[in-house]
Amino acid sequence: MAVTTRTATAAPPKEGVLRKLRSASIGFWFMSPAVILVVLFFFIPSIIVFGLSMTNLSTSTGFQNYDWVGFENYHKIFTHPDAGPTALRTIFYVGATLALFNVGMALVVALLSTHIPRRAGFIFRALWLLPRLTPSVIYIMMWKFMAAASPYGILNRYFPFLGGQNLLPDAPWVFVILTNGFIGASFGMILFASAIESIPRDFMNAALVDGCNAWQRIRYVILPALRWPLLFVTTYQTLSLLTSFEQIFILTDGQFGTEVWALWSYHRALSNYWGNFQWGFGAALAVVLVVIGAVAAVIYMRFFQFNQLVQEPLVEAL
Amino acid sequence: MNADRMTWRQRFNSAAPIIALSILTFPIIIGFIWIFISTFSHTTYGLEPQGRLTLENWSFLWKDPKIWDVTLNTIILSVGQTIGVVALSALAGYALSRLSFPGRKTFLAMTLILHSFPAVTLLIAIYFVLRWINRIPILGNDIPVIGGFGYNTLGGVILVQLALQLPLGMWLMKGFFDNVSWDLQRAALIDGCSHFRAWWQIILPVIRPGVAALAIFSFVTGWGSFLIPYTFITDQENSVLAAYLRGMMGETAPVSYGTVAAVGLFQLIPVMIFFIFTQEYLMNIFSGGSKGGT
Repeated sequence: MAVTTRTATAAPPKEGVLRKLRSASIGFWFMSPAVILVVLFFFIPSIIVFGLSMTNLSTSTGFQNYDWVGFENYHKIFTHPDAGPTALRTIFYVGATLALFNVGMALVVALLSTHIPRRAGFIFRALWLLPRLTPSVIYIMMWKFMAAASPYGILNRYFPFLGGQNLLPDAPWVFVILTNGFIGASFGMILFASAIESIPRDFMNAALVDGCNAWQRIRYVILPALRWPLLFVTTYQTLSLLTSFEQIFILTDGQFGTEVWALWSYHRALSNYWGNFQWGFGAALAVVLVVIGAVAAVIYMRFFQFNQLVQEPLVEAL
Repeated sequence: MNADRMTWRQRFNSAAPIIALSILTFPIIIGFIWIFISTFSHTTYGLEPQGRLTLENWSFLWKDPKIWDVTLNTIILSVGQTIGVVALSALAGYALSRLSFPGRKTFLAMTLILHSFPAVTLLIAIYFVLRWINRIPILGNDIPVIGGFGYNTLGGVILVQLALQLPLGMWLMKGFFDNVSWDLQRAALIDGCSHFRAWWQIILPVIRPGVAALAIFSFVTGWGSFLIPYTFITDQENSVLAAYLRGMMGETAPVSYGTVAAVGLFQLIPVMIFFIFTQEYLMNIFSGGSKGGT
């Protein structure tokens, strides 16, 4: 009797190990192509970018004559006259775009489009998705033409009091925020709209019966239901805006005082007028962003109960 | 509520959201109308075409042979990227959702962090990785059609774009696989299906809307991509539409906005067609798939 119990208790672990091995090897085959690419274009570059930031590698030193300079690049950044203004500009750009559009406008459009007939709401949301899908070069060209000088520009044509000159140098931030905002708003809009639509009808009706006006309904019924989507969109879009510079690059290329941190890094390392690509210094600038991004990402995983998202699959426990 | 019993106030209340939305959406509508109008006119003052309508702006289609090379490159780029993203994400997403293997959790956490900071910050380092791939014989820069997988080749750009979309794709696919019932898979496996066959014949057909959403999104992103082709391809022959357009805009000679707009519309048409027929699928990408993982 004792023997049989022992074998009965001893057998399953052995089988379990085999099964685990099998499952692991199947998992390996399914994962390997993706893993190779992620390692090649995420992990290795992350290491390279840290390494580069410790060198003075640039076009003028070439690939042979560069030196390891330790933290000198970082020292250079923090004492650089452009660092302070660029950081402030970046904070302003991220904060304003986020508040006005990626969260603010997204919330307004989501609220409005869920309180009109379904079909109409759908059309409006589709229209707001359009800037995100439009190739960025065309999209920016459209905005450049809005701002263009009289008589060509759309704004100058219909609002003569604007003065008739090209509006972009006069109000660069308005256009930077508008161009990025109209793309960014759609992300929050869709998440908010689907959250609003999933609020039980009874809640809404109860609020109506109790005599809530529109504002009270938004404040006490809808906004509490949007707590998680709001937090998620805010954190996620902060990170996207922090590192995005494609639109600014095409719109102003950093002219008129719109050079944000990511664009500064790009200009230094990969695209500048002097043709001296300062890979080392540019990498150090990028690392600053990577560190900010990684810290923020860890905090935001804490917030969003990461462990629930990655719970073990059930199938192996048949 | 009966329509004829509505007071003016009530009517205003129900129309107000639509009016407000129309005002907010106005800039988008105006912008796209302008593109359309200016491609058929010599010059436009605001939205008003000056002189007679013309097809001259479209003459690049038969006068500039380069446009077709560039278009072909753009097609290769977006199709290649789409196939890659969908296949790799679907494979990895299945494993991440349905199999337990060591490192699974770490990998998910890592990719979520990677997904959180758009990898544009890594462009500098990716440049060096591509230069290194260049040195591999054949694979580096001797492959027909895509040129290879190194720096200054179309294949290299495909590879980078594909990799940058993978974290999103894998999380999205994992979300879609998570929603498939366990019973279906259990039945398949108990009946003797291998995991690969269960994936290909049983589960993938169920999540077809999710696959479609990812494919469309990835195609549209590839079609409009600018920064990565612009950064990693130096010669015009291998360039894509967006870089070509940017080149036209940057010329110091007086720019004919009509021609630029026509090239722009030419690039926009496939996106529009896609958009009209597939918007319902596209909405899936943000709301349907992953539980907050997007």
